[in-house]
Amino acid sequence: MALLEIRGLCKSFAHVVANADVYLDVEAGTTHAILGENGAGKSTLIKMISGLYRPDSGEIALDGAVQHFASPRDAILAGIGVVHQHFMLIPAMTVAENIVLGTERQGDAATLRQSRLLFNRKRAAASVQELSESLGLPIDPWAKVETLSVGMQQRVEIVKALYRRARVLILDEPTAVLTPQETEELFAVIRKLNQDGIPVIFISHKLDEVRAVASTVTVMRAGKTVRTAPVADATAAQLANWMVGRDVILQSRKEEVAVGDSVLEVKNLRASDDRKTEKVRGVSFSVRRGEIFGVAGIDGNGQTELVEAIVGLRKVNGGSVHLLDRDIGHMSVGERIARGIAYVPQDRQQDGLILSFSIAENLQLREVSKAPFSRRGWLTRAAARKRAQQLVEEFDVRPPVIDASAGSLSGGNQQKVILAREMSRNPELLVAVQPTRGLDVGAIEGIHRYLLQLRAEGRAILLVSLELDEILSLADRIGVMHAGEMAAVMDNQNVTRESLGLAMTGKWSEKEAIS
Amino acid sequence: MNFWVQIFANPELYAATLAMATPIALAAVGGTFSERTGVVNIAMEGIMLVGAFFGVMVAAATHSAWLGMFGGVIAGGLMALALAWPAIRLQSDQVIVGMALNVFAGGLTAFLLNTVYGYNGTPTSTPSLPIVTLPWISHIPFIGQVIGQHDVVVYLMFLFVILAHFTLFHTNLGLRMRAVGEHPEAAETVGISVVKIRYLGVTIGGMLSGLAGVYLSLGMLSSFEVNMTNGRGFIALAAMIFGKWTPFGAFGAALLFGFATALSIALQGSGVSANLVGILPYALTIIALTGLIGRSRPPAADGLPYVATK
Repeated sequence: MALLEIRGLCKSFAHVVANADVYLDVEAGTTHAILGENGAGKSTLIKMISGLYRPDSGEIALDGAVQHFASPRDAILAGIGVVHQHFMLIPAMTVAENIVLGTERQGDAATLRQSRLLFNRKRAAASVQELSESLGLPIDPWAKVETLSVGMQQRVEIVKALYRRARVLILDEPTAVLTPQETEELFAVIRKLNQDGIPVIFISHKLDEVRAVASTVTVMRAGKTVRTAPVADATAAQLANWMVGRDVILQSRKEEVAVGDSVLEVKNLRASDDRKTEKVRGVSFSVRRGEIFGVAGIDGNGQTELVEAIVGLRKVNGGSVHLLDRDIGHMSVGERIARGIAYVPQDRQQDGLILSFSIAENLQLREVSKAPFSRRGWLTRAAARKRAQQLVEEFDVRPPVIDASAGSLSGGNQQKVILAREMSRNPELLVAVQPTRGLDVGAIEGIHRYLLQLRAEGRAILLVSLELDEILSLADRIGVMHAGEMAAVMDNQNVTRESLGLAMTGKWSEKEAIS
Repeated sequence: MNFWVQIFANPELYAATLAMATPIALAAVGGTFSERTGVVNIAMEGIMLVGAFFGVMVAAATHSAWLGMFGGVIAGGLMALALAWPAIRLQSDQVIVGMALNVFAGGLTAFLLNTVYGYNGTPTSTPSLPIVTLPWISHIPFIGQVIGQHDVVVYLMFLFVILAHFTLFHTNLGLRMRAVGEHPEAAETVGISVVKIRYLGVTIGGMLSGLAGVYLSLGMLSSFEVNMTNGRGFIALAAMIFGKWTPFGAFGAALLFGFATALSIALQGSGVSANLVGILPYALTIIALTGLIGRSRPPAADGLPYVATK
């Protein structure tokens, strides 16, 4: 009998069916992957299993006993441990405080060596240390969480779940923020947990990882579990097909494109974040015509500040930014746009679009003071609408209704509106940050194809992404940011995931690169 | 030169500092409780005013200053619930609700003062809280004169400052409160009720602010006057921020403001411009609020409504 059984779980919100008839059997001591695109219903399922949502119908059974979770507390007490994609840790508190939090007054307080009223830091730290060492996952209980690396924080989350005596561990998109090396370490931890008899539910949209770590896979699509199979029996192409519901081209094909002159030249660039900490420390690189220059790196290593300094949203502290041999480092955003910079920001909903405005209005935002969008300060609506209609058709925005609000579009179509607005100006350089974040496989495919098309047209593209796969499949040259420096610039042809991972953690030296 | 020595060597100055710091410290610690659980509380001024009024009203009706104190504290707690409910249940903007409560409290107390007591003000027979003389300490020279003899609320303030620190940093409840103020989702996922903890934090805060008001009406005087808090609630807000959201920090900041007030009183009629001296506590508030004295980091989720999903 399976340790965790999900039978016919359903959940709807207002008019959206998030989960319909979901079935899942998780055997003790195995890793069971749940594979699905964004919006396939994985998160809703996890929230029901962890007591955050109450199912409309269906059953969750642990060891054969049907469970009714009214709150996360019930789920924890029953033995469900969840490591959420966005860590549920308090940065300003210590590891021990984070791990012990919430357990101090539960029934087994005595065994956890906590008094019911007083919080004893030393005892909390001692019990955390003892457990983490016995699990083979050493952590410093006194360290503040905000000082830890992302991989370490994830370890804290795993220990936190096991501290609550989790019998099932659910990992929601656990590798999204990890380097390749950290991912390998995580897989080792998962295998060890399996050996100890703890089943792991591994939620992911990455086919390779599912194939590397799981023994069984359940594919979700549109709120339903469409297929469960032993991983060994399923090919990557099959999995992708089940996930999307049609055949998918897994590898973007790149044409040979002749590389031209340099368009963007960044030299010894320095910039600080909002707290005046220097985040970009002397970065130099160039982007040439017909080339995609990819910037890889762990989140928070200066990529955001680098991009903002290039497009003009952030003050340059030192060094220079040249666009076609003109120094633009001290120009305003508007001047830089006029000189030919197009920008696709990381957060399309917050920075890319005004969600409550219509598609037509969003499309004219950049150049609203120019013809055909306005004349002598007066908006020329008819002309602007005509232009919008053209762009919507050219970029295949669906639905092609220019009066619909930008907020009503799907993520992929929102991105198309931004690209339409940016590229219709015929820019010299496109700066795209995380252009496919949160999109489904079909939309990602479309964006990737479009970027490659721009490259074939001979444009220069600066692509910043946290997804290594995206960088590896699109970029011609890859720059890796670490601690505000360009730790390495590599040619995509002689790069490996391992060398990228080393550079991302600052363990890369140029000597190795040459040898 | 001699003049300044006379002023600064006088233990009265420091005794007055303590007396002036007491309402600010109580309200600031109250605000700390509220904000540590994630609810921005700028309504201390209004809550103090309500506490001050109902303290006098209950004391006058029952002829017991102690019952009056109790009434003022309860009124403060209830007033805080008027902040807690929209802030927590309706996810309203906490600053706007707080501001509305301040205006409401001013109007309510002025209205009640006139309708209940008429134009003569609160009854002259209203009892006031006792002055306590510490048996041994009051005989120590200088120190005894500074801390040996005070209104009972001054000593209660010391007790509550220590108790607040102990609660926030050495109990399970305090750990939960801080967790809810930093990252409510994280707290919820480990089984802590964000709503309950926030109600508790805001209510405790309101009761302490209510006590601060009671001290003004039943401690320093034995009557209520319109707008008698005179901006102390806002200075308490500054003290809370200045004290980096810790009870001891808030107490220290309150002492500084208390000292500025005491000094301005001592300098009255001394030739130094009364207007100039009068702005001292407020000038300090501005300096504190503009963050000249180091960065003060509020709880991460302070002021952010928590939307529970079901």
